[in-house]
Amino acid sequence: MSEDSTSGHSKSSSLTTYFAVWIALLAGTLLTYEAAKVDLGVFNAAVALIIATTKALLVALFFMHLRHASEKLLKLVVISTLFFLLILLALSMADYGTRAWS
Amino acid sequence: MPTADNSQGERPNYLNKEYGVGSWLLTTDHKRIALLYLISITFFFFIGGFFALLIRLELLTPAGDLVQADTYNKLFTQHGQVMVFFFLIPSIPAVLGNFLVPMMVGAKDLAFPRVNLLSWYLYIIGGIMMLHCLLTGGVDTGWTFYTPFSTAFSNTKVIEAGLAIFVAGFSSILTGLNFIVTIHRMRAPGMTWSRLPLFIWAHYATSIIQILGTPVIAITLVLVLAERALHLGIFDPKLGGDPLLFQHLFWFYSHPAVYIMILPSMGVVTEIIACFSRKRIFGYSFVALSSIAIAVFGFLVWAHHMFVAGISVYAALVFSILSYAVAVPSAVKVFNWTATLYKGSIHYDAPMLYAFGFLGLFTMGGLTGLFLAALGVNVHVHDTYFVIAHFHYIMVGGAVMGYLGGMHFWWPKISGKLYPEGWARLAALIVFIGFNLTFFPQFILGYVGMPRRYYQYPPEYQVLNVLSTAGATILGVGYLLPMIYFLWSMRYGKPAPANPWNAAGLEWQTPSPPPTFNFDEEPVVTWEAYNYDELDAPRKEEVPVAR
Amino acid sequence: MPDSSTAAAVHGEAHAETHNPALLHHFATEEQQRDASNLGMWIFLATEVMFFGGLFCAYLIYRLKYFGDFAAASTSIDAALGGTNTAVLICSSLTVVIAIWAAQRSRRALMIAMLVLTMLFGLTFLGIKGVEYRDKFVEHHVPGSSFSFEHEEIPGHPGEYANPQHAQIFFALYFIMTGLHALHMVVGLGIFTWLLWMAWKGRFTPDYHTPLEIGGLYWHFVDIIWIYLFPLLYLIDRHR
Repeated sequence: MSEDSTSGHSKSSSLTTYFAVWIALLAGTLLTYEAAKVDLGVFNAAVALIIATTKALLVALFFMHLRHASEKLLKLVVISTLFFLLILLALSMADYGTRAWS
Repeated sequence: MPTADNSQGERPNYLNKEYGVGSWLLTTDHKRIALLYLISITFFFFIGGFFALLIRLELLTPAGDLVQADTYNKLFTQHGQVMVFFFLIPSIPAVLGNFLVPMMVGAKDLAFPRVNLLSWYLYIIGGIMMLHCLLTGGVDTGWTFYTPFSTAFSNTKVIEAGLAIFVAGFSSILTGLNFIVTIHRMRAPGMTWSRLPLFIWAHYATSIIQILGTPVIAITLVLVLAERALHLGIFDPKLGGDPLLFQHLFWFYSHPAVYIMILPSMGVVTEIIACFSRKRIFGYSFVALSSIAIAVFGFLVWAHHMFVAGISVYAALVFSILSYAVAVPSAVKVFNWTATLYKGSIHYDAPMLYAFGFLGLFTMGGLTGLFLAALGVNVHVHDTYFVIAHFHYIMVGGAVMGYLGGMHFWWPKISGKLYPEGWARLAALIVFIGFNLTFFPQFILGYVGMPRRYYQYPPEYQVLNVLSTAGATILGVGYLLPMIYFLWSMRYGKPAPANPWNAAGLEWQTPSPPPTFNFDEEPVVTWEAYNYDELDAPRKEEVPVAR
Repeated sequence: MPDSSTAAAVHGEAHAETHNPALLHHFATEEQQRDASNLGMWIFLATEVMFFGGLFCAYLIYRLKYFGDFAAASTSIDAALGGTNTAVLICSSLTVVIAIWAAQRSRRALMIAMLVLTMLFGLTFLGIKGVEYRDKFVEHHVPGSSFSFEHEEIPGHPGEYANPQHAQIFFALYFIMTGLHALHMVVGLGIFTWLLWMAWKGRFTPDYHTPLEIGGLYWHFVDIIWIYLFPLLYLIDRHR
């Protein structure tokens, strides 16, 4: 299985990489499912989100070829979008989280 | 090739390339799409203006005697919705942006011409839905659709209005997407980021907001419509929901939306000021980066619309401080424009008159925004005419003045004709006077306590209201004049040269009107932006090289 | 002013190189067109992130506010089916990348097989979703006039029952979020039908398979949304 650069496309991974990512994603799914059955207190949600984010990163970096993106631009698009989504969540929570304080 | 009406034996250009309705409705030429938008948004401007007229007529007298209270609710709601979503948000980007962005970067068209046409059709579909809504009952929730009134109590066509705006929102998203890709990928050789006209930087920043903000109001409208149809409880306090969640989601878009409305206008004003001062813009990189800063900071301040709605006071403090911060990049621009004017060779053509109007009125509007960002003052003037005056100073005194200035500045390029300069200057003056007479009294009215969205008021407020209505009438005349003489110029105006203003920018290096593919040869850029010193340099004779 | 003959000469020169009929005239090179399409799709996906993002915001706020009620409601949806669906989508993402890999190597049969498989996985996903929705309908957990969620214990709090109105908010968000996701899957299936047709017609070569790439990006994005929806909706407080 060949590595990068086939006829003008600078981004490509090998089949081995794709299968490895696929296995990792399935393993992550199983892990999420099982971890939910264990009492981790407040960390259940954090663990679930960390695993989900790892899976999402794997899909984005390898399946969506973000890792091999020739420019920083695409990564900037992704990071900016996530930044503004986090702003929406965080600043809304600034209200909801502090209402009980007054 | 079919010949044009006039006797000029015209060179082929984008207007006479093909005739027939089909060639316009199925065009992918960004310039034709810009004109399609021009006609459509002007139509909706009339509709929104019609509602404004009725509002001002009602407010001539203290009693609620022209329309019923419920009808008045529909008037201000529909005025806001039509003006914001179907006029202001598209206006400069969809007309001037569509026309100029490819030309200014040296491209033949936008990155996705068919997507561009789709964006116009989405706008039209949304527009038709909105018209239908207006004609079959209207909507009375305020343009802000606040819950639970909109979801549980209003008896008007909330769902239809919401859907119309939902569809039109996608038009905005696609325009922004097209601009970003075009600016990144289609610049001509030599057109580096620091050589781009600041109009492009402004539209780039605007597009970022369109991309990231509009989807949030889209999903918010979906939630409102679902709630209204199915009584879900997401925003209904009786069912455990929080009405403020709606406001958070709504304003997360609607505040950045005001920057969608003003940034392009700032871009226009920058081009005009440079040209009519015959100078480079002072502090190019500051102006460019402040556009981006406005876009970014604009997303951080939305809850300043909710200070008295019931949010936590600690959140209010955070949003108040951030709202002060967002004013800084705008102020930076005002300083840079002023510094550009300093020692410039000022020409008072109509576009420049609009730019001057913008400078003063935008500054006033912006400063009064700081009044509103202060928590203590906000408690006093929230939901009064002070707020209305503030945002009209920015949206009309700022955005619309920029739009009109831009239309005048680029009219020769767009139409190939010159507009009558005397009438244009008169119209600019009438607009300026009419505007101030309409809206300055409203600052006072709000400060002394007249609430917004009320159709009746105590008699002591009448004088100011009458002044405001008188101003609105004058303003209306001022708006009608350009519509008349622009149309007149298309038939009777003098033919325009390629560069009537001797302005900098690639768009002026093609004929007026431009050929369909903009440039006969791909431009190669070797000069900096706003090279007015070169453009105005006296012609030198060939000098033999000294030994 | 350069006349049209110069333009024709320039254009003719461009044509002298391999001119893919898919190259649109306003682009200078195929690479520019491909880069533009790629960037365009990524930006579109950014808008989709914000579109779903509003729902995630609503979900976050209510989950924190009504945690017990949400946990009770969450236990009533089938996590095994949700997990299976997650695996199905992950497999479909794999088949998409293999399809592109095949296109890059002119392996037409493999490419078409992978596209078909992707669509089958997509249909499987929707089928399982349909089963879930039907279950919810039968149990009267669909928000609206027939909604009922009485006497459901909050996990870990025996004797405490979930507030039906708060549970209805959970189900409202459940249906809107998964429904919107399913709608995107349907659109994805439509896109892949068109890609399959193009592949069948031999339109894709190692030099040109941009529609596959950007269609793939869309599909992966839909997968990523589900990767988040699954734990958030199905796995609240499952350890009790």
